Amino acid sequence: MIGSGVLKGMAVTARNFVGSYFDKERLITVQYPEERNPLPENYRNFPFLLYDGDDPHAGLRCVACKICEKECPPQCIYIVKSDDKKPDYMGKPQFYPKVFDIDISVCMSCQICVEVCPFEAIKMDKDFELSRRERFEALLLRKEELSKSNDYYHKICPTDAPEVDAKLAEAAAKKKPAPAAAAPTPTSVPAA
Amino acid sequence: MESLEQIKARAERAVSGAQIAIVPNPGPAQQSSLLIDNEHAFAVARFLRDDPTLRLDFCSNVTGVDWLDRVVKKTVKMKRLVDGEEKEVDETTEEKIPGYLEAVYHLYSMTHKHGPVIIRIRTRDRGDGARLPSLTTIWRSAEFQEREIFDLYGVRFDGHPDLRRILMWDEFVDYPMRKDYREPDDYEWEPTPHDEVLEKAKRHYTQRPELDGAEKITAGGDALNR
Amino acid sequence: MSATVQTLEAIERPPVSMGSRLEGELLEVSMGPQHPSTHGVFRMNVALEGEVVRKLKPVFGYLHRNHEKLGENMSYLGSMPYTDRLDYFCSMTNNWAYALSVEKLAGIKVPERAEYLRVILAELTRLQNHASLLGFLLNDMGAWGTPLMYAFREREKILDLFESLSGSRMMCDYMRFGGCRCDTPPGWMERAKQIVDRFPHFIDDLEQLVVGNEVVIGRTQNVGILSPDLAINAGIAGPMLRASGVNYDIRKVDGYGFYPRFKFRIPLGEHGDTYDRLMMRVLEMRESLSILKQAFEQIQPGPIMNPKVKIRAFRPPVGEAYGRIEGPKGELGFYLISDGGQNPYRYRVRPPSFVNLTVLEDLCLGHTVADVMVILGSVDIVMGEVDR
Repeated sequence: MIGSGVLKGMAVTARNFVGSYFDKERLITVQYPEERNPLPENYRNFPFLLYDGDDPHAGLRCVACKICEKECPPQCIYIVKSDDKKPDYMGKPQFYPKVFDIDISVCMSCQICVEVCPFEAIKMDKDFELSRRERFEALLLRKEELSKSNDYYHKICPTDAPEVDAKLAEAAAKKKPAPAAAAPTPTSVPAA
Repeated sequence: MESLEQIKARAERAVSGAQIAIVPNPGPAQQSSLLIDNEHAFAVARFLRDDPTLRLDFCSNVTGVDWLDRVVKKTVKMKRLVDGEEKEVDETTEEKIPGYLEAVYHLYSMTHKHGPVIIRIRTRDRGDGARLPSLTTIWRSAEFQEREIFDLYGVRFDGHPDLRRILMWDEFVDYPMRKDYREPDDYEWEPTPHDEVLEKAKRHYTQRPELDGAEKITAGGDALNR
Repeated sequence: MSATVQTLEAIERPPVSMGSRLEGELLEVSMGPQHPSTHGVFRMNVALEGEVVRKLKPVFGYLHRNHEKLGENMSYLGSMPYTDRLDYFCSMTNNWAYALSVEKLAGIKVPERAEYLRVILAELTRLQNHASLLGFLLNDMGAWGTPLMYAFREREKILDLFESLSGSRMMCDYMRFGGCRCDTPPGWMERAKQIVDRFPHFIDDLEQLVVGNEVVIGRTQNVGILSPDLAINAGIAGPMLRASGVNYDIRKVDGYGFYPRFKFRIPLGEHGDTYDRLMMRVLEMRESLSILKQAFEQIQPGPIMNPKVKIRAFRPPVGEAYGRIEGPKGELGFYLISDGGQNPYRYRVRPPSFVNLTVLEDLCLGHTVADVMVILGSVDIVMGEVDR
């Protein structure tokens, strides 16, 4: 019968319409910003720099090796190496970035900087509410804005962060078979 | 499927006068290709398509490659008489290979489900001689892809039904995929200038003079810029 | 079977007469680039005789960014996130095609678990691509929004899976040369199984909505018929080719990945019209579900990366390679030439939807303007890939 196909289709829409009031499967909209879906642990958007302890300058893990700057596909990282050195988490004197800028209007959240970093110094953030009123300077994150503590990293990545800590502690123990074999966890490294 | 040598031999027999060479591929993929001379490319291509045992009826990918002029240095050990004594001397010869543009066709057979057979045709040079026979009438799938090669590499395909620019606009003059292409000198301000961009920025961007501070005011003020 | 193509400018125009319109006068219309049914910034210059299409020239390039040049100026790894942006509906399959080509170029082996993961992700991608394509196609036919929203609802569940695995819904950037970037988070596989188990309900719904619907049948049957000979000659691939009845699926022919380990059928069309192309997607979704179920049973824990592959300073040996996969839209290939350096000497993308558009004019000739939109919808294009 002509029209029966249309009626069948109407039945589907009716089922979906009624179902959307009762069935969670059929209504999955979330009323942002009042309601929020929890972000998955692997979620990434823009990179940030990690520091240990309380002092963003003393505890900064980045040694300004510029690998991420070189590997970044859209070239959004800009690093100037320091003239002097500061001790890193193992006490070894290292350079630090005098300038570390990331232009998040260029960054495409590809995570390659995180993968290539040999010092576990750069990680992906989860803060996505970043709208600004200006296009250039406001979207250029400086070192001060990028530096975030290890505690923050533990908060946003509860399973990855302890693994990273353990890896660093192991590396430190290997390098320094000193009597203090119980290598200090990076969070408790004294600010030198 | 037959080996490339067999295909070459049969194609040369089928198309009299055709000069076909095998271009070896040293990599692990081992996809070697057949280099066909321009005069007989059309006939050889038709043979590859229509031959009942090959039936390469599906031309999957057509692409251009730009090879610049290059110098190949060869070091050969030569025996020479030096001070009346025979000695082995390294003799370096330099061979200058002029640049050319290349069109590469990846052929498969849908009838026999084999492939790929890769054929290449090369232009005489990278200037006025950048002409190739079009294979669009043999494989229709080459129509847009040859147009793309014309657009991005500047290879003119003789016999193509509709050779116009496809991705760039019609008024565009250069061929952007060539290795020696230089982009026009247009600089857009960027907050994190790097190497080349930084050089460009220095050339283009001069600091605005401080007037009365009004130029620093942005919409919404600093409070909204966090 | 040669192309009878002519530039629009060459169409003879009768002199403009005052007042009355001449019979048989051709009217040039530029459809797009800003048009809701062109699936992006795609333009067609159409010459019309009344409502009937007499000539059609696609115009490309509004989204052109010279992706291939970018790839040549970048390390091999650096191109991986850019492949996400080619066909932004199917970033996982784009990743796979590129990773496959580089693995061919450098002779890299992939661990077993990674291969299974790739199959699972590619089939999930196929599901969500086909689902949203059907939504868009029905949207083009005038079913405003409703089927599209149903399709997007299902797609969203799959994108959530991608997000919890790779960190991003659409720009996954998940695969690496010699494996995948990270292993699945705990509970991921169970969630994926659940979604796959419930997916048939959606296909049933969609089929009920579409299959017997008189409007859909009237709009699609016998519209835009593509003959198998022309389809092969014009390099059409994917569901569009199989809708014309040509039995060619790269998953079976090349047997890349672990596809030879799975049992699945290849649906084939009979008439090659828009209706067949539409139904092809529905049938392929069902086959994808069966592949997914087998993959969930077979996958075992294990390493997901080949430890020999370097992340930094990756240099494949001199040579060239062409790798291709059966993407949701057709044959997606990458042609790479290495000169031994860190950047590829030549980086070429063989985009399926670009080549599939070759026959657009042949499909549309003789049909009305309204049919052009439906035919274009059934070709399944994404401009990020067409223009690159």
